[in-house]
Amino acid sequence: MSNMLVKQDRLRIFGLLSPAYLWLTVAIFLPLSAMFYFSFLSEVPFGDAEWNFTTDNYRAFFETPTYAILLWKSIKLGLMVTLTSVLIGFPCAYVLAKTIQGRSREALFLLVILPFWSNSLVRIFSWAIVLRGNGVLDRTLNAILPFELDINLMFSTPAIVIGLVHSYLPYVILTAYLALQAIDDSLIDAARSMGAGKITILRRIILPLSLPGLLAGAVLIFVPVVGSFMEPRILGGRVGTYYGTVIEDQFVAVFNWPLGAALSFILLAVVLVILALASPILRKAQT
Amino acid sequence: MAEVAVENVTKRFGTLKALDNVTIDFPDGGFFGLLGPSGSGKTTLLRTIAGFIFTDDGTIRIGSKSVEQIPVEKREIGMMFQNYALFPNMSVADNVGFGLRVRKVSLAEERRRVGEALELVQLGQHSNRKPHQLSGGQRQRVALARAIVTNPRVLLLDEPLSALDKSLRVDMQIELKRIQREIGITTIFVTHDQEEALTLSDKIGILRAGRMVQAGPPREVYNNPTDVFTASFLGEANILEGAVDGNSLRLTDGDAIPIPKGLKTGATFAVRPENISITTEEPTERDTPKIQARLKQRVFAGAMATCILDRNGSTFKVISRDRDLPQLPEGGPVWLSWEPEHTITIPN
Repeated sequence: MSNMLVKQDRLRIFGLLSPAYLWLTVAIFLPLSAMFYFSFLSEVPFGDAEWNFTTDNYRAFFETPTYAILLWKSIKLGLMVTLTSVLIGFPCAYVLAKTIQGRSREALFLLVILPFWSNSLVRIFSWAIVLRGNGVLDRTLNAILPFELDINLMFSTPAIVIGLVHSYLPYVILTAYLALQAIDDSLIDAARSMGAGKITILRRIILPLSLPGLLAGAVLIFVPVVGSFMEPRILGGRVGTYYGTVIEDQFVAVFNWPLGAALSFILLAVVLVILALASPILRKAQT
Repeated sequence: MAEVAVENVTKRFGTLKALDNVTIDFPDGGFFGLLGPSGSGKTTLLRTIAGFIFTDDGTIRIGSKSVEQIPVEKREIGMMFQNYALFPNMSVADNVGFGLRVRKVSLAEERRRVGEALELVQLGQHSNRKPHQLSGGQRQRVALARAIVTNPRVLLLDEPLSALDKSLRVDMQIELKRIQREIGITTIFVTHDQEEALTLSDKIGILRAGRMVQAGPPREVYNNPTDVFTASFLGEANILEGAVDGNSLRLTDGDAIPIPKGLKTGATFAVRPENISITTEEPTERDTPKIQARLKQRVFAGAMATCILDRNGSTFKVISRDRDLPQLPEGGPVWLSWEPEHTITIPN
């Protein structure tokens, strides 16, 4: 009897979960496997092209140092954007979670989420208008400041970082906000009653307790930024060649899908290795 | 250790007066309870003494020093919170040592004092555990150790026992009192549990709507409440309305009951439920106060029983040992009587 119940339960659980499994299969597993398959081909198997299985695409990564250099450049960009976002996002989240109450909090939340609502291309081109020489930023600063200042951030690494931080900042604000919200105010009161100042409370209580949220936000930013190509291309111009833009070129310009796919999987592997190395810290932060 | 004095303290939140001209002093080394219904301002008063809230008016002294302008970090108080507020990311020893580390005490000294504090609360063997690995009672002991380890001048407890279940609560009351006596620290605690306040305190202060209604030793406040609120909030009270007429008290419904000579005149009198006896026959002694009532309900609660009675529309409550109660007919007429000195006059 109990066995039958268990069987029924299992069936029901499977039935309830099947849409999710189906979705994962169709949306992630199938395209990913197709790409994985492509990455071992010599030619795109469309039309009447001749093709055979090869590992040349993977070998290319190791034979041409440019790819590794660009990957390292992308990882550095990822670290920089993540760090900047955390440095800006954490204080924002703290203010939202601990000092602002009621309706103004909702309004500020809306402003935080606003970048998500605008088209990313529009967003990036807006930044281009702001950052270029004789652009919005340049003219505004020169109108205020008494001395001449020539600001042309366009086509530079700072421009790329600004664009990416703007796009991904909400992630870290939202995850850090949730973590900070969960910290009981009485913990802060208790620390104060024992004589702790603001810095001590931040360092010994608030930061350790919100670290899981902060790290989750950092991962959410780091992973897509390492593979980003739109912001580097539009805001970076000539300096905007990154690992992501090279992959994009393989698919869009050079039409070498197998190489693009192989480079993508190498990126995936590297990101997974980085996350695996970071996971002991992540796990430690959770307890 | 120090005496704490609160003088004419007023605190407004918007238009609400959370504390309204409150004055009370807490002599050195005593154990004091602040009691009141929710919203009475008792927690506000505690947090004002702690320094989380600054007064709008009035002075607070700890020892000989005025502290109204000193924030909580510098007031040298120890505080225990209702939910204990242990730091979940730190071990028991680190929780207790937090205040010492803030004071830049040497590591050896920190270890020694943490050990002593944990020994005092009988938790020496658990110093490496995390708070989530402890039971409710143990967490409370950690919170207490953490509050006293820095040798604060005053110990403040916010509803210290309300999160514990009843049997544990009684144990912890005894324990709390023992520790307080052992280190002799001036201790002020907030509670809404009147029994807890009576058990623990050397002196209690009763608050209502931001005002200090009455303060004094528990027995005194219990036996001589100054108003109807205190009489019925601290313990229970059967209120009698009437006027003194010679040697008797003329109740508003016409009956007269004898009262001892020298009873202060007033309009309101009270009798505690545990002082009333119930009989089916009319008591014969001439100077025993007695009234007739109808038994509505008898509630059995183990050793004790509560009787709810009705007298011309007003409800009376009697508490006595169950075995002392005669077989009483429910709904039937009975006599309530008590010793003359158990009639309490309520001046206000």
